[in-house]
Amino acid sequence: MSLQPPNAERQIWMFTQMLRIRTFEERVKRTFIDHPGVIRGHTHLADGAEASIVGSLSHFREGDAALATYRCHGYPLVLGSDPKAMMAEIYGRADGLCKGLGGSMHLTDVTHGFLGTSGIVGAGIPHAAGAAWAAQIRKKGDVVLCFFGDGASKQGAFHETLNIASLWKLPVVFVMENNGYNVVTTSAQEDANAAAGEPLAVKAKAYAMPGVTVDGTDPLAVCKTVGEAIERARAGQGPTLVESKVYRLSAHGNIIAPPGVPLHYPEHEAIAVFGRREEYEAALRGDPVPRFRGILIQNGTLTPAKADELSLRIAGEMQGAVTFALKSPFPKLESALEYNYA
Amino acid sequence: MAQMPYIAAIDAGIHQEMRRDPKVLYFGQNLATTENHEFVAAYGHDRVRVTPISETAEIGIAVGAAMAGLRPVVELYMAEFMLVAMDQVVNEAPRFRYMSGGQVKVPLVLKAGYGFTAGWAGQHTGSLTALFMGVPGLKVVVPSTAADAKGLMATAIRDDNPVVFLHHYMLTLEQGEVPDGEYLVPFGKAEVRRAGADVTIVATGWMVPRALVAAQLLAKEGIHAEVIDPRTVAPLDLDTILKSVDKTGRVVLVDQAPRHASVTAMIAADIAEYRFKALKASVVQVTAADTTIPYSEPLEAYVIPDEARIAAAVRTVLK
Repeated sequence: MSLQPPNAERQIWMFTQMLRIRTFEERVKRTFIDHPGVIRGHTHLADGAEASIVGSLSHFREGDAALATYRCHGYPLVLGSDPKAMMAEIYGRADGLCKGLGGSMHLTDVTHGFLGTSGIVGAGIPHAAGAAWAAQIRKKGDVVLCFFGDGASKQGAFHETLNIASLWKLPVVFVMENNGYNVVTTSAQEDANAAAGEPLAVKAKAYAMPGVTVDGTDPLAVCKTVGEAIERARAGQGPTLVESKVYRLSAHGNIIAPPGVPLHYPEHEAIAVFGRREEYEAALRGDPVPRFRGILIQNGTLTPAKADELSLRIAGEMQGAVTFALKSPFPKLESALEYNYA
Repeated sequence: MAQMPYIAAIDAGIHQEMRRDPKVLYFGQNLATTENHEFVAAYGHDRVRVTPISETAEIGIAVGAAMAGLRPVVELYMAEFMLVAMDQVVNEAPRFRYMSGGQVKVPLVLKAGYGFTAGWAGQHTGSLTALFMGVPGLKVVVPSTAADAKGLMATAIRDDNPVVFLHHYMLTLEQGEVPDGEYLVPFGKAEVRRAGADVTIVATGWMVPRALVAAQLLAKEGIHAEVIDPRTVAPLDLDTILKSVDKTGRVVLVDQAPRHASVTAMIAADIAEYRFKALKASVVQVTAADTTIPYSEPLEAYVIPDEARIAAAVRTVLK
């Protein structure tokens, strides 16, 4: 398999997308402070996973599909969704991507191949396999990217689906974003492979498919590894499990609280629960977004001036999303009853 | 018209739709394990597949395939097996259209038998209809005749929403006249199986033939019962039921489920709310006893509604 590494222009695109995800998520997080009460329920941020998301989606082509979890803001941004509509959805407004009916956990944008997001851990994994069956029947070499976390790999849905996907050689790539924590539980506390010091990718062996572990903070490494898995899937050779190791830079989600209690993001579990400040600070030092910026500047792909200009432009884009979403009206009350049935 | 058993009529409905629409899939456990299986031979392995015993993945795959434009029919054999995958049935399939603001459709059929009170003991005999009835986004179908089995299955496959298709195991070999050629039975349209002016009996599935036998017994006593078969409980044709109540003022509701897990509890509430003044007597429900279904034959018969209990309930509301 010979995959061309992304050229300079493509690498700048990758950095741009990473920065867009980071900036969008920062604006979601800031909304809790700047505009209390505007975001309800539970949000989950992708900061720290940008390299993994962008690297994985850099091979996406028309006809492909992606499905993800409640931590779903990053993917549609890369696939072409309008951040204005995304932010409006997170704010529960009429101009939201899903008309305010889904919210942060259920972003969907079918026109851009982002088929749907289940908020139930592991439940979306078989959905991706179903979409991959449809792709297999179409025989056009389309693939489905299935994103989920390490926690989901202890769900029956994961094991049942990997078995069938391998048996049927479905064109699906399972991208497990392993951020080391399932909510406030560390992998070693809840995963037999992790406790034994094994990578989680070994789970693939039980289902006769390749399992590979990749540094999910390196967009080019992810691009290569997921790219090979995608080529394999397009060629009819079946699924791959990619364990992409990332570090979630925010807490699992904003605090869970009843109405009346202002919502906010607590400190990361490494500090708040386990008192491991150094672990968290090491992750910050390895933050994939400034790191990739540094690499591109160092190798001359990007100038500092151009990088700053990008940051400024993206800050403006995401400010625009916030402004738009705040101005968007609430949906008409009758729309609450409109979409139960087709 | 052809005479055929209920179970063959369901297959006829699936064939009818698979022939006309290449997007229809049919898969499940222990299905299509040889090349000469009738569905494999007719439609090939792209569309007909055997699965492992993995209900969550089977139903979840159906959800994903449906979102991607196909029309899967999942063979689940027993309604209880859906309990293994309840998240997919209740909290995935019926949610995606709504949560996406109408961007996706999830047209799929979950085909499962229920109510197998033929010595299958505690875990394979449930009448779980009501469990699905109140889930927004789901449709729930309970055919009681061979013709309806074909026509409702075909409609279920054409419907753009997830449909729980519950066929009654005790009716499996019941023969019936089934229309030839393309045949569809609309959802949300109850069938009046027997007309009568004295009392309204509502029943589904296997309870329909039992209610009809009870109505025959009562006719000999000069009591004319109207027997209504809703055929689909979501959507529920409440209009037909309420019209009958307007006429009779007396109601007996029959359900094979335990009382508080019954469809009839919901129908009784609707009648009480909308037709209180038309009622001449309390609504009476004839349901299974509040118990796990026992294995031993006389005990099993003792806890399930039968013709005598239905007839006795009618006599009570006519007092």
